[in-house]
Amino acid sequence: MSLLKVNDLVSYIGLFTILQGVSMEIQQGEAVAILGRNGAGKTTFLRTVMGLVKTRSGSITFNDASIIGKATHKISKLGIGYCPEDYGVFDLLTIEENLVLATHKKNAATRDRIAYVLDLFPDLKLAYKRHARTLSGGQRQMLSVGRSLVNSPALILIDEPSKGLAPVVIEKMALALKEIAKQSTIVLVEQNFHMALIVTDRYYIIDEGRTVHGGLMKDLENDKELQQRHLGL
Amino acid sequence: MANILILLFNGISEGALYFLMAASLSVILGLMGVVNFAHGTLFLWGAYVFRWVYVYIFPNNFILAIICATLAGFLIGLIFEKVFISRVYGNIGAQIMITLGLSIVFTELVRVIWGPSALVVGRPPMLAGASHLEFDFGTVIISHYRLFVIIVGVVVAVLGHFLLTRTRVGMTIRAGVQNSEMVGALGININRYFTLVFAVGGALAGFGGALFAPLSTTITPLSGNQFQLMAFIVVVIGGMGSFVGSALGSLFMAVMIALIGWTIPDISLVAPVALMALILIFKPQGLFKWR
Repeated sequence: MSLLKVNDLVSYIGLFTILQGVSMEIQQGEAVAILGRNGAGKTTFLRTVMGLVKTRSGSITFNDASIIGKATHKISKLGIGYCPEDYGVFDLLTIEENLVLATHKKNAATRDRIAYVLDLFPDLKLAYKRHARTLSGGQRQMLSVGRSLVNSPALILIDEPSKGLAPVVIEKMALALKEIAKQSTIVLVEQNFHMALIVTDRYYIIDEGRTVHGGLMKDLENDKELQQRHLGL
Repeated sequence: MANILILLFNGISEGALYFLMAASLSVILGLMGVVNFAHGTLFLWGAYVFRWVYVYIFPNNFILAIICATLAGFLIGLIFEKVFISRVYGNIGAQIMITLGLSIVFTELVRVIWGPSALVVGRPPMLAGASHLEFDFGTVIISHYRLFVIIVGVVVAVLGHFLLTRTRVGMTIRAGVQNSEMVGALGININRYFTLVFAVGGALAGFGGALFAPLSTTITPLSGNQFQLMAFIVVVIGGMGSFVGSALGSLFMAVMIALIGWTIPDISLVAPVALMALILIFKPQGLFKWR
């Protein structure tokens, strides 16, 4: 059974049609990369799944139920975590508050999940009571990813976690995501091919708002022509 | 010296009213991106409902009159948000036109219901007097009602700060001020908070109007205008979306107007507007934004 199934999705922002036919299937437990050049529609795809961008046609089903037209908070509560490109961290809140705010329930399970996040990202534990505005780019990304985990979502959508980070931090983040992928299904939008290789097993390429290719990461790694044609590598 | 102290004291009591208006205006602007030109009319309704209840419904019952005025502000704010504002989120042009329209309609309603003339409002007997403090440099007269308004302003500021910093509702509002879309992506129905904040903002404006009526002792359908203008200036000074900024901005404005009123009274109204223009040009994030 597909966890997330997208069929011929068309979405728009204002007068502009951004996605013009995206289709994919994500199975439970998979880690899938969404690749493509700048402006291809990768971020818009994640935002459309979250209900942040309006859909014109096509379908999105999560656990076999349509989520098209649902409010963003309802989509989140179905079990989809989201880490946006700009981290979406709340500067005026402490790390603790950022994590607590994200919890859907106040119980032992969510307290355990917060403890799990702090173990996964020890930097966050050290700065637990500090305001998020004092954090570095890497720490903000850790907080964004960590926050998406506190409700044990079935699916996590992560948008370019390597963006703007130093190579050493990217390496740490990639290993953390690999660890998370053992427990959750991940859809990773990424420009950094090396990171996508570490974290994911399968990929889809979006170009000009359409899915143009899909397959196994290990095949893409060896297909220099495909990399050159669609990713500019 | 005595005159300066009296002016400062009187100014700060009006600053407390600016704060009641500005704090909610600022959070509404920060959270929902709505420039609410109808806020002054909620203040006006608070003043008139207070007088109506205080004179006719529960004569001389100051507390009940204040509660009714606050509830009126809450209900009108709720109706504004649910019926009108919620349809135009993200459309600043439409928001301005709608809130301006609401301001005009609801101000005219006040004129229709209670008449265009100034109405007299008495102060509650227990707060009607004044204390005369004798110093070497002269006598400072402290109006008990003005002192009461200052204390109420401080209490509301402390309670509001506690609510915003120590509760989950406050946490959500602070997060929403920065990024309401992301709050939704965390599974929180931010639209409910929009309604709540708008209605509580209306309640605060209504409460401010109720406190203003006995302070001023006369009210007219134009009473809300000056406070709305001052509240907007405070929001700019304090930083849009900042509750503490509104408190500090209100105090700053009150002291500034008092001092200018004492030295160059002719420009006491122009100076705050000029200050607002300068801040918008050189420090648009406000003077106290990150507090």
